[in-house]
Amino acid sequence: MSGESGKGPLDLGAAELREALLAGEHTVVEVVEAHLARARERDGELSAFQFLDDERALARARELDAARAAGEPPGPLFGVPLALKANMCLAGVETNCGSRVLSGYRPPYTATFVERALAAGAVPLGITQMDEFAMGSSGENSAYGCPRNPWDPTRSAGGSSSGSAVAVAAGLCPISLGSDTGGSVRQPAAFCGIYGLKPTYGRVSRYGLVAFGSSLDQVSPFARNVRDLELVLETISGHDPRDSTSLPLPPFEPERPAELMRLAGLRVGVPSQYRGEGLDAEVGTVCDAALAQLESMGAELVPIELPSTEHAIPTYYVVATAEASSNLARYDGSLYGARVEGDGSLQGMFAATREAGFGEEVKRRILLGTYVLSAGYYEAWYGQALKVRTLLRRDFERAFESVDLVAGPTAPTGAFRLGEKTSDALEMYLSDVFTVPASLAGLPAVSLPAGFLPGDGGLPVGLQLIGPALAEARLLRVAAAFEAATDHHARRPRPLEAGGVA
Amino acid sequence: MSSVAGFRREGVEWISEATGTRWVPVIGLEVHAQLRTRTKLFCGCANEYGAPPNSLTCPVCTGQPGTLPVLNGDALELAVRAALAIGAEVAPRSKFDRKNYFYCDVPKNYQITQYDQPYCQGGGVELPSGRRVRLNRIHIEEDAGKSMHETEGVTLVDLNRAGVPLIESVTEADLDGAQDAADYLTALREILVYAGVSNADMEKGEMRCDVNVSVHPAGEPWRTKVEIKNLNSISNVVGAIEHEIPRQIAAWEGDGPDPVQETRLFDAAKGATRSMRTKEGEADYRYFPDPDLPPVTADEAFVEAQRAALPELPAARRERYQSRMGLSAYDAGVLTASRDVADFFEAAARLSGEPKEAANWISNEVLRALSGDELEAEHIDELPLKPFDLAELIGLLDKGVLHASGARQVLREMMRTGKAAGELVIELGLEQVQDDGALEAWCREALEARPEVAEQVRDGKTKAVGALMGAVMQASGGKANPQKVREILLRLIGVEE
Repeated sequence: MSGESGKGPLDLGAAELREALLAGEHTVVEVVEAHLARARERDGELSAFQFLDDERALARARELDAARAAGEPPGPLFGVPLALKANMCLAGVETNCGSRVLSGYRPPYTATFVERALAAGAVPLGITQMDEFAMGSSGENSAYGCPRNPWDPTRSAGGSSSGSAVAVAAGLCPISLGSDTGGSVRQPAAFCGIYGLKPTYGRVSRYGLVAFGSSLDQVSPFARNVRDLELVLETISGHDPRDSTSLPLPPFEPERPAELMRLAGLRVGVPSQYRGEGLDAEVGTVCDAALAQLESMGAELVPIELPSTEHAIPTYYVVATAEASSNLARYDGSLYGARVEGDGSLQGMFAATREAGFGEEVKRRILLGTYVLSAGYYEAWYGQALKVRTLLRRDFERAFESVDLVAGPTAPTGAFRLGEKTSDALEMYLSDVFTVPASLAGLPAVSLPAGFLPGDGGLPVGLQLIGPALAEARLLRVAAAFEAATDHHARRPRPLEAGGVA
Repeated sequence: MSSVAGFRREGVEWISEATGTRWVPVIGLEVHAQLRTRTKLFCGCANEYGAPPNSLTCPVCTGQPGTLPVLNGDALELAVRAALAIGAEVAPRSKFDRKNYFYCDVPKNYQITQYDQPYCQGGGVELPSGRRVRLNRIHIEEDAGKSMHETEGVTLVDLNRAGVPLIESVTEADLDGAQDAADYLTALREILVYAGVSNADMEKGEMRCDVNVSVHPAGEPWRTKVEIKNLNSISNVVGAIEHEIPRQIAAWEGDGPDPVQETRLFDAAKGATRSMRTKEGEADYRYFPDPDLPPVTADEAFVEAQRAALPELPAARRERYQSRMGLSAYDAGVLTASRDVADFFEAAARLSGEPKEAANWISNEVLRALSGDELEAEHIDELPLKPFDLAELIGLLDKGVLHASGARQVLREMMRTGKAAGELVIELGLEQVQDDGALEAWCREALEARPEVAEQVRDGKTKAVGALMGAVMQASGGKANPQKVREILLRLIGVEE
């Protein structure tokens, strides 16, 4: 199945794959079959997918081949296999958010961003595993199985978009969609050694993304190269009249600089708060090397302060849980999803359904969110959190007066062992310490493969770049320059190397 | 208002016969009115009454996971017009909040409403008594669905109404009795209907009312208030208040527990309120700003555009009918009681150039016919008769083609069939005889038959000519023009008028 490029379809990124398809090297059916076969072969071990939807994927592939044969113009994601997180609505396909309470729920409609990806020619292969309702940083809070990190199956792939990250990292598909509320795409991207981009809040429509923290949630792509990341963002972004919080802007357009690797004049802010307590020393060393690389390409590293950072985690856990407590109220067994009758009364059914349907972490956050919104506590908690959120925004605004972007580690550690943090919720929450500030400020941020830890079997490390609102093009230009100058992104997990390219 | 045993009523006061204490009621109303939009508040489903259960629903208004609300701009326009119609202030910026509570007819288990920053504050409504009821605020919110508890353990839910746009208006506690409440609801309804904001049909649930009632001895501070919820007719509002006032007084005066802050329901069949829940049982609604909806802005240009779109309201119309058209206060009141009638009247008055005539025909004939049961139509806009037809009829009267009783006959047929006046005059053979020769012949016959009457007229009793006119009318089969007959008779008798 190897084409003129010498690479099989499984080795190609989305843009390359499209080119190969248009060059007639493969048919879409061949490409999709190859990915489905790989996924089936590998997923017993990795558990990236909740389920593969062979039938739908192949039917779609045949349609695309036929459309191509009929001379229809190919979309920007023509024939590209795609994985969707289990909180994304595709009409008729189970969207359970990793929760028992939504088991069997098939939405009657399709999310705007999924529609756009489909219209661009993407082929959804299946639905990926996630922490229940996107609450978690390890993939362990799912009712349907926990993905394994392809670099070390005893370790977490990160979360909550665990399965979508694993699918791309392990080569089960070239691109996938996750959702990032407080780091749910960037942190697993870092753990799995791939790219993850959280766009500016409002860039991508949330219509059809099952809500966790509505003021934070953004659909976010994973890819193995920067060009693919751009391609997906171009496809799914742009105003959607069905989401009042989507920005009134046309789709994202990438910058294509003439001199990719020149970063002269770029001022990179390095916040002291992103290097403090809790940061694994080796992760810090890898990030320092990555920053030095940027410097060697002409960027200027500027020490900056983001003083409100220390309040970001508590603020996030107030805002996100408050919104979640209300967003998740609808799962009561009355209209859809699972139902447990309870004592026969209406309230009894609600209580029994929710008691049986939600996992422990989701219940913890609903309780927390309910508490912070309660009469008498609102001002002290939710009201206060909104104020701190404003301070965090101002921190960034001030920083961006003197720097073009902010850089630091995506996560304080490399991928931790499964089970390592499950007993301590607070410690788990702290793995989002560097990703949460950009979420609260609504800013775009990308995690890129920055290098590998010397110990721990060489786990990947992610570097996070945070930009001002709508500066995705800038972030991606810098990411592309770094990509061109390094080969961290090209290194794949071992099993993949073993079973992959001939 | 009815008399209640154990009390004497003096003005607003309830005087307890047992203690002689003069009790003063304090009443405030919260009124929900459905906005007359084509679609629901946050989705594209039709806002209609009477469709099969759950046929007017979509992923958004059934609260499917992942769906988002988008504000219906028409709802905001109508809501702003309601605010302007009661002279209230429109906030340049307001926001939507979530009111969280679990119930099966609230698909998201929260209602989108406006909590601490409503779009409208202040304003007021004049009552016929001259009293002005001040409004505290109006806010926009979505309606819940309808749940029907069939048999034990079975609840049916219809979500057609879920997401229908409502405005909730809250008065200050300016009312002091059931009559006030009834007057207020009537006046508010009239304004909302006139402004085109709501149909406010209480029978269809398009307008619903919660009542807050407390009582206190005259001159003393106000006491604990009780809320009576979900009153769906003016008579239920009156009934609930008339029951609740003496119940509270009896509780204050008796040895039992004093009234507590609670929510009660009115049982119309029993004519009594009963406790639904006390304050301790109230849900904590955990209001917070809805992150799915950006703040609502209503800038000056927008508000002014709504003001321009606002039709003239009933009080202004009544004033104009009297001062410019010369109608009586009574007629002006009758004609403005509904916007359709007033619009009909104005069109007929304009087309005929005879506002007083148009007013008389509408209030004496058309409205009477509508209230009777000889016609199928109940509302003036359901009649086949249009303002143009009435104007034509008035024109025929003016020209003397028809006399009044013939015109009445024609009008009745017009209301039934929608045929044109001219056509009916011929069809019914009602054309007046205008031919002077024929009229004069009948007049001479009458004079010859009753010469003594001519004498009386010559002696100055001009009124006596009526007897001769009767004879002429009879001879003509009712088709003679009475005005002309009179002129001819007087000329023949030789009397100048």
